[in-house]
Amino acid sequence: MFPIEKYHMAESIQDAVRALAEDEKARVIAGGTDVLIRLHEGHGDYRNLVDINNLDELREIRMDEQGNVIIGALASFTNIIEHEVVRAHVPVIGEAVNTVGGPQVRNRGTMGGNICNGAVSADSACAALVHEVDLVIENAEGERVESIIGFHTGPGRVSLKPGDLLKHFRVRPENYRDFGACYYKYAMREAMDIATIGCAAAVKLDGETISELRLAYTVSAPTPIRCATAEQAAKGKPLTAATLAEIAQAVEADVKPRTSWRASMEFRLHVIRTLAQRVTRQAAERAGGTFK
Amino acid sequence: MKKQTINLTVNGKEFTLDVDVRKSLADVLREQGFTSVKQGCGVGECGACTVLVDDVAVDSCIFLAMWANGKKVRTTEGECKNGKLSPVQQAYVEAGAVQCGFCTPGLIMTTTSFLERNKGRKVTREEIRKGHAGNLCRCTGYETIVKAVESVVEVAEEE
Repeated sequence: MFPIEKYHMAESIQDAVRALAEDEKARVIAGGTDVLIRLHEGHGDYRNLVDINNLDELREIRMDEQGNVIIGALASFTNIIEHEVVRAHVPVIGEAVNTVGGPQVRNRGTMGGNICNGAVSADSACAALVHEVDLVIENAEGERVESIIGFHTGPGRVSLKPGDLLKHFRVRPENYRDFGACYYKYAMREAMDIATIGCAAAVKLDGETISELRLAYTVSAPTPIRCATAEQAAKGKPLTAATLAEIAQAVEADVKPRTSWRASMEFRLHVIRTLAQRVTRQAAERAGGTFK
Repeated sequence: MKKQTINLTVNGKEFTLDVDVRKSLADVLREQGFTSVKQGCGVGECGACTVLVDDVAVDSCIFLAMWANGKKVRTTEGECKNGKLSPVQQAYVEAGAVQCGFCTPGLIMTTTSFLERNKGRKVTREEIRKGHAGNLCRCTGYETIVKAVESVVEVAEEE
């Protein structure tokens, strides 16, 4: 039996927000694939739960009239992977979440949970960073929008405050149109594993030169990050091996990998440099480019 | 902790249960006699507790019983109809994909869901492996399991 002390099944978004506002220790439970595991391990922080599983509106994936791709906080990874709007417009998000756990976990785990639990290794974080997704959050004061850029504030920490409920992710058209994007998860096993390094790139081309590169990593710093130096180094450069080498060199200024039982700092840096080239190349090719 | 009443069907039979909200679906199913649902790791890694909820495979150890309210649950007990094994169950027997048997009920439910999702479509060996990545087996080395699955799905010619 899970050591739950308080449990509230929310009947509406307003009800969830009210329950969260009443108890500052309350945490949201969505798919349960992280929260229930932490409870199983006896973690003290997840004993007061507000359950949002009945809020079907938060499961929705769609495109709105302005061309924004909307992904509900409660949409499962499997729903995201299979959804035609995701496949047509932001396929890298599906590609990234398809690397999470195994089928049973993907059937329950949500992108909302993956981002809000602040994991440094979150597979969806890289894809969200290169598309600069917005997070639409509700609390007792009303609705606000935060960017994924800067949302992660430290290992396991995000800028959600007590009482906040993430409703959905929003990808604005300027952040996905004309981009080719790619995600690669480097891990020891091909399934049921946490990334040693995760890397996503989104590339926009002007003819055969890179007009914009967006490069993001997980497990390469205390939070998932974007790489300003490497992105700057790519601007206006031709699609050549020399450009990829420059990006791989520049990325060293953006990352701060560390040694853990999974991999040493030196090895991580090697993977980071290798992936910078591999993922940028593939993203550029998906944008319609050809390397010389 | 309060109890709540849930209505669900398990293998086609209706149940109304007063469940403790702290309980997992795996706990509740076992209490009702569905002991094919094995509890292995308790954290969604081994897949031994896999059941289908509205035909979707889930780890019932990290699925609150509350969430099954109004849903249709399938365990491997219900796949056997009038004493006849389902094609998936039969395939496991014939391929020798069963050794100690602890992982078998979960794997059979994963294969059942995999089969239904890929109906009429050719799958590769790679897709079979990825589709069963959430289930661990310590005995078979997986080869016989993959063969069992191959014998019930349409398999694409691989290069």
